[in-house]
Formats: sequence, C-alpha cells, structure tokens
Amino acid sequence: MSPVEYEPVIGLEIHVQLKTKTKMFCGCELSFGDPPNTHTCPRCLGLPGSLPLPNARAIHYGLLIGMALECELAPRSIFHRKNYFYPDLPKGYQISQYDEPLCGPGRLGDVRIHRVHLEEDAAKLVHVGASGRIHASDASVVDFNRGGTPLAEIVTEPDVTSAEHAREWLTLLRTTLRQLGVSDVNMDEGSLRCDANISIRPKGETQLGTKTELKNMNSFRFIERGIRAEVARQEEILRNGEQVVQETLHFDPRTEAITSLRSKEEAHDYRYFPEPDLVPVTITSDMLDTARAALPELPAARQERFEALGLQPDTARQLAWRSELGDYFETALQANGDAGSPQAVANWVCNELVARIGDEDPAGSKAAPGAVAALAGLVERKAVTPNNAKLVLDKLVNDGGDPAQIIEAEGLGALADDGELEGIVEAALAANADAAEKIRGGNMKAIGPIIGHVMRETKGRADGGEVTRIVREKLGL
Amino acid sequence: MIDREQVLHVARLARLELTEDEVEHMTGELSKVLGHIDKIAELDLDDVAPTSHVVTVENALRPDEPEPSLPRDVALASAPAVSDDGFLVPSPQAG
Repeated sequence: MSPVEYEPVIGLEIHVQLKTKTKMFCGCELSFGDPPNTHTCPRCLGLPGSLPLPNARAIHYGLLIGMALECELAPRSIFHRKNYFYPDLPKGYQISQYDEPLCGPGRLGDVRIHRVHLEEDAAKLVHVGASGRIHASDASVVDFNRGGTPLAEIVTEPDVTSAEHAREWLTLLRTTLRQLGVSDVNMDEGSLRCDANISIRPKGETQLGTKTELKNMNSFRFIERGIRAEVARQEEILRNGEQVVQETLHFDPRTEAITSLRSKEEAHDYRYFPEPDLVPVTITSDMLDTARAALPELPAARQERFEALGLQPDTARQLAWRSELGDYFETALQANGDAGSPQAVANWVCNELVARIGDEDPAGSKAAPGAVAALAGLVERKAVTPNNAKLVLDKLVNDGGDPAQIIEAEGLGALADDGELEGIVEAALAANADAAEKIRGGNMKAIGPIIGHVMRETKGRADGGEVTRIVREKLGL
Repeated sequence: MIDREQVLHVARLARLELTEDEVEHMTGELSKVLGHIDKIAELDLDDVAPTSHVVTVENALRPDEPEPSLPRDVALASAPAVSDDGFLVPSPQAG
C-alpha cells in the first residue's frame, strides 16, 4: 500500500503597521529607533480617565487596503475590547475589532481575504534576564513607544497550499501595500508581521485537519522555512497514527525547532465586548471618494497592462509583483528610442539584470535603465551576440556607461554580414574534419567543436545560429 | 445559573484572588445578574438593533496631527519599578 499523501491547508494573518504620523488613538508621534518611552501620553499608557480617539488617517488607510483587496467595506463598524493580561498591554485589553470589522470578504490574486480590521499595536518588551531568551529571563523592560501604533490585521481564508505559495503571495501583498503607501512593510523593523494557521489533510479530503498557529515569523524566508517545518512535523505525527494538538507555536529560525508558546487553557478567552469609550465608525461617501481618488495602480492591473504591451504573463507578473523592477522596466522603455521590444527589454531586466543585482533595487544600480534597453535593442538587431551582450551588461552593472560605446571599445560587436564568417567556418570545418564527417552523417551534436572553434576565432562575435546555418550549407545538409 | 468553577475561571482571567467567602458570595451575585439578563431576554427584540452606546454620535475622529508626548521622567514617575529608560516588570513567562 502506498503511503497517504498529505496536502497543507494554510491561512495567514498579517499585521501591518500603518504609516500614519501619530498613534491609533492618541496624538503621540510614531517613531522607530527613538529612545524608549519618549513617545507616550496618558492615553497610550492607559492611565485612568484618558479617552481614546481614532486617527482619521488610519481609517482612510484601512479603506485603501480594503479597496485594494477587493473587500466588502462595512458601512458601519465598531471597536471591541480584547481582554488579556500581558505587560505590553497597559489597559489590560487591546482595542481591536471583532464582529463588525472595517472590511469584509475580498480577494488578492488566488487567495481569498476573510477580513481586514484595525487595532492598536502592543508595546515592546525587552527581556533583560540572564540569557536574554524569551523563556529564561527574570525581568523585562517595557518600551511604550510602539504601544498604540495603528495596525491593520489582514486575515486570509485557508487558500494557501504550500510554503512557497505563502512566500509568493506575501510578496504580492507586500508590493500592494507598498504601492498603496500605507505602510513601510519592513519585516526587519516589524512593520509587517505574519502568523500562519497550518493544518494538513489527506489529498482529496475536504474536511480540515486540526490546525496549529505559527506565530510572529519576521522574514519571508523564515515564513517559508517555518511552514515547511511545521507541515513536516504534522505529517510525521499523522503517519505515526497520532493526533495534532491545537496550539500556538514558535519557530526558531536558527535551530529550525518548533516549540509550544502558550499554555492551552489560557488561549483565546478574550471576552470581547464593544469598546464603550468609542462610538461607531460609519463610512461616508466622502471617505469613499477620498480613498478611491488615492488608489494607485495595483500589481494586478499593472500585470494586465504589461501583458497588453506584449509581455509573457510570467514576465509581466514578475515585473508587476516586484514594483521596483516594474518601475525600472518602464523607465527603460521610455528612456531609449532604440530600445528592444518590450519582451526583450523585460527579459534582460528579469533574467540577466536580476541575476547580477539579486534583491537590490535596480534603481540604485550603475546600469541605467536606458542602457539596458539599448543593449536589448542591439541584441535584437544582431549588432551584438547574446553572449557578448552579457559581458557588456557585466560592465554596465560594474561601471555604468553606454552599451554601444562599450561594444566599440571592447571590440565585442557582432561580425558584419560580409563573408568573413563564411571563411572562418570553412577553416573550422577543415580543422575539425572528424566532427564535420559526423555532422554529415546526421549527428548534429558533433557541431560543438566547430562552433567552439569559430567562437574562439571571432572572440564570441559570431552569431551561433548563423554559424549553424553556414555549417549545414557547406556540408550540403 | 453560574457555578463555582466558572467564578474561579473568571477570577483567574481577571487576575483576582478571591477568598472562600468571596467565591460563594460572587457565585450568588453573578447568578443574580444572569437572572436579570434572562429576564430581559424574554422580551421580543427581533426588530430592535443591538445598542452598544447610549449616544447616537458617530465618527468622532481625530486628524493625524502630532500632539506633545510626556517627558520620560514624568511618564515613569508613577511606576512601581523602573529601569533607566523603561517600566520594569517581572518576566511574563516567570508567572
């Protein structure tokens, strides 16, 4: 009997710190990296008698997110108190939203959105005990600068099917949020944080398995690795005939270990009730108009526009989902009258340029967009071979410059169509008589040494396709 | 009706330490409160929207404009324990 195959079912909860000037319910300025406890007031310290007042721009940003994720926007929403005791929560409750969130069901790409709601961030706990690790310290210092920062919590339906899928979709979400300008979406600084609800089930089964919640993964790489590790752990449990226990887990990216975070009996008894200090938020047509007017072009629409330019869907998506690549591509197309076709320029940006700059923003590269576009055009007009063009790109990335001048200076231009190549091919055939014989016998793989010979003679300036054509012609094939 | 276990559970969630007498007293008192709510639940309120506020104000919002924060020494002044730059608390995992 073949072993049961399992499939993961994953839902994501993403917390996004909104890029307002001030906190969610008070006028303290947001700060990152300022001295601890220098941005607090009676409201965000939860002192008796202080009253919260929602930040209008946070509501506006919430609406922008809801629109970008095609959510149903609630005409009326209210805030609730989520009650629990923890030192990072001065009031003993977090102001959040419960059964009447700002945004209802929506969709981004291939993942459905369950809801989006607004809440306040907790303060930061700095553990100062013996080891500094979360489980073994004696005392902690609370820094309330972060306490009260506006958060949008985005909850997906369990439509994510693998660790890779999670990473890819989160890239789209991050780009979308960045385009909206509502957040820095910087995982290192904690302005984008992700939890994953993970369960597995036998392939084809429709009923959901028991889920665990993997908390606070702080980079896309860790999310992918954490989910993969948790799926593997659950598979092992089920294969051993045991049961997955519903619990909250912590993934340690250093050791890849997964540990239980909270005791079960305390989990999820938050006793939500409507926040009596806040009145309902009703979305006016003015608020909707303002949000609609502020909506930029989003990745999905940009991908469509790129496809309309003639790009392959995969290329269009790569450019649209990594907005800095898309920006570079568009600048490249506009910068040079001799640019290659959009697909050729896109290929050079997505493949060769990305291979050289990795995750860096191409705008910071020495290779100007116009230069890369011109290079793509030179290759398309066969003024330089693709291989030599890669050498030109190396030079552009290292030193900048103009591709035509580099080709001229380095003698990298393709051989002109003047019979010179024909002579070189004849010489190569004469020098590799064995190979020539094999080719004549129908073994085209034997053409390698001939092409190698020609490339050596021409310093790579010959067009491989053209060499093959001449070889066939000379051998009467 | 509310039982002793429920009272102890709620007390623990609220971090309240109750004496035996208090547990007994609260069991009776909270049961009475629930009794009142049961009484209200007898009313036919199908056509009445839930109310979470006694006022009808909506959209009391604040423009996103900074206001001065407290100087740190003032913010820390009333705390039972402080470090140089923050509020000192027992490590949450210890309890």
